[in-house]
Amino acid sequence: MTATLVKETSPPRIGAVERARRSRRRARIIALLFVFPALLLLGALVVYPVLFSVGRSFFDASGTRFVGGENYTEMFRDPATLKAVRNTAIWVVVAPALLTGLGLILAVLVEKVRWATAFKLLLFMPMAVSFLAAGIIFRLAYDEDPNKGVLNAAVVGVHDAFKGTSEYPTARAREGQGLKAGADGSYRTSGSVSPGKSVALGLVGVAPKDLPGGARPAYGAAHRQAAADEVRGVVYLDFTPGGGGKQGKVDPRESGLPQMKVEAVRDDGTTAASTTTAADGSFRFTGLKSGSYTVELPGSNFAQPYQGVSWLGPMLVTPAIIGAYLWIWTGFAMVLIGAGLATLPRDALEAARMDGANEWQIFRRITVPLLAPVLTVVFVTLVINVMKVFDLVYIIAPGPVQEDATVLATQMWLVSFGGGNNQGLGSALGVLLLLLVVPAMVFNVRRFRRSQR
Amino acid sequence: MNAVRRGLSSGLVQAFLVLIGLVWLTPLAGLFFSSLRSSQDSASSGWWTVFSSPGRLSFDNYSALLKNAGITQAFWNTVLISVPATVLVVVLAALAGYAFAWLDFPGREAVFLVVVALLVVPVQIGLLPVAKLFGQLGLFGTIPGVVLFHVAYGLPFAVFLLRNYFAEMPKEMLEAARMDGGSEWRIFTRLVLPVGRPAIASLAIFQFLWVWNDMLVALLFADSSSQPLTVQLQSQIRQFGSNIDVLAPGAFVSLVVPVVVFFAFQRHFVQGVMAGSVK
Repeated sequence: MTATLVKETSPPRIGAVERARRSRRRARIIALLFVFPALLLLGALVVYPVLFSVGRSFFDASGTRFVGGENYTEMFRDPATLKAVRNTAIWVVVAPALLTGLGLILAVLVEKVRWATAFKLLLFMPMAVSFLAAGIIFRLAYDEDPNKGVLNAAVVGVHDAFKGTSEYPTARAREGQGLKAGADGSYRTSGSVSPGKSVALGLVGVAPKDLPGGARPAYGAAHRQAAADEVRGVVYLDFTPGGGGKQGKVDPRESGLPQMKVEAVRDDGTTAASTTTAADGSFRFTGLKSGSYTVELPGSNFAQPYQGVSWLGPMLVTPAIIGAYLWIWTGFAMVLIGAGLATLPRDALEAARMDGANEWQIFRRITVPLLAPVLTVVFVTLVINVMKVFDLVYIIAPGPVQEDATVLATQMWLVSFGGGNNQGLGSALGVLLLLLVVPAMVFNVRRFRRSQR
Repeated sequence: MNAVRRGLSSGLVQAFLVLIGLVWLTPLAGLFFSSLRSSQDSASSGWWTVFSSPGRLSFDNYSALLKNAGITQAFWNTVLISVPATVLVVVLAALAGYAFAWLDFPGREAVFLVVVALLVVPVQIGLLPVAKLFGQLGLFGTIPGVVLFHVAYGLPFAVFLLRNYFAEMPKEMLEAARMDGGSEWRIFTRLVLPVGRPAIASLAIFQFLWVWNDMLVALLFADSSSQPLTVQLQSQIRQFGSNIDVLAPGAFVSLVVPVVVFFAFQRHFVQGVMAGSVK
């Protein structure tokens, strides 16, 4: 029965097998045509270069002499490259942890407000901005001059609000006219003063336009008599506008210096009294015991204004660039973690709330442990990205501190193309970058194979 | 009591988030206002002083930018690099993705695993060898050279994304199409591409932004006639202070395009960036 069937159907079947084989071959050729262009580019511009770089990294700068692993040991000997390795390590340790933490906090908090979407959009937007534009944005923000850089303007503002500003950074006393300078920038009377006396303390070096608004002439106050238990005096600007005044004398048109701190100091150096000058520069210490005192203008009157922080100086340049990186990537971390947050089982959270757990406990004991897989993905992704950071460092670090900020990717560029011209060492740095991401490569391949089973 | 406390804490949360929002907005506002100020103003005072004298703002820097041949040329170069690099990646990756998902050829699984492994290869490792190769082929310093490099390094992610998306298509759908005698090409253009539109959109946006914003690749592979905006601006950054009237509006122009793309295609954008972050 079977035999006959085969016999009967065999002539057409041979044709079918032949046709099937032919059509299968045709299908394969079509399939190869579909993948060929992509594979050609990948082979020529990605796979071949990887192999080439690995090979090239074992040769010297000119590429003629085989040097074995010398480029790889050189990497950790050459101070500039070593600096790059260290800075990259700082980046990898600091940036992903900060970003994941900040992203987590913001993702949790933003769910509590109604304008969550707008907030997420705002924070995510920097992901659309190029590192170059972000670099220019932060070069502006980090400008050292507090009159130009917004960050230093803020820092100086906060500092001055707490510490106060000095009114007379430029003022000084003339040599030999009753005041002598202390090592701490203060001035004190060269002779001693006893209660019942008046003193006139003349300073110069204050431009009339820099005088505080309400300053009034000191002439009247300078001639008031002191009572027996007090020391009186004026602090004045020993300069007559338009000329004609006499040095060391309070002339009628000379201005008092208001808001100047003044102290009466005993012979043993302790302070007996302190006060601040009035609008006409006058001051008085009442209730002084008899004895001899010196009158002192503390150095804080003359302190140079606080100039803020040197963000792009050698010390802070890497943290400053990491700050710019946070601006770009925080939205990414927040949105990804937020997506994970949305999948958390609502009832677990509700049950905890019913049991009287407070928000912090829920966060610590439930949200974070359940989110651990998402947090890991965010963290790992950021580590991979941080290791390759290039543009931001290249743009933000000003020329002279470029070498303080350098990371592997910028160093690789400098060594290979930017004047270093050592393509052996450059290739070795490229290979190092590749080796650093190999764990991620293995992770990706494993995860993919698992997902296919 | 509890309600009071909750109200208070929600007030604190709002205040904190508003503060963070302001911190995020301020640097951008700084760039925008700086781009509208003369270089003398920028040299003497901070951009926030514009709030007391808004009359000093003008679009002069932008009109100067339009007359700056180097900048306009660089802008067009950016377009001429980004658009083909995006289209090519999408086309090549869609073709390959379909083949990896649904067509049979020897070594399919192994080759795809290699593609997955290539996902995280840093572009740095390709710079030197490809520069040599392009030098021999006469592509060094040309726009096609820059485009090809971007396409090659965009492909692993693109193929990975589209293959996975296409693989989710129901098998019956394809078999029905094959039964009807559709050629693979017809199935690809009439069925696979339309079905894959969301993934293709995310990929296209991601790739476009990646290339538009790139500086490193073009820094090496483009010369002064083929350089994009990022490289052109970067070359002026050494004299940051004196070039601020070019750098600030230039940077603003270069970021307006991606930011518009971002707001126009929020969903695809976020998905594309999320998916592409494996890169």
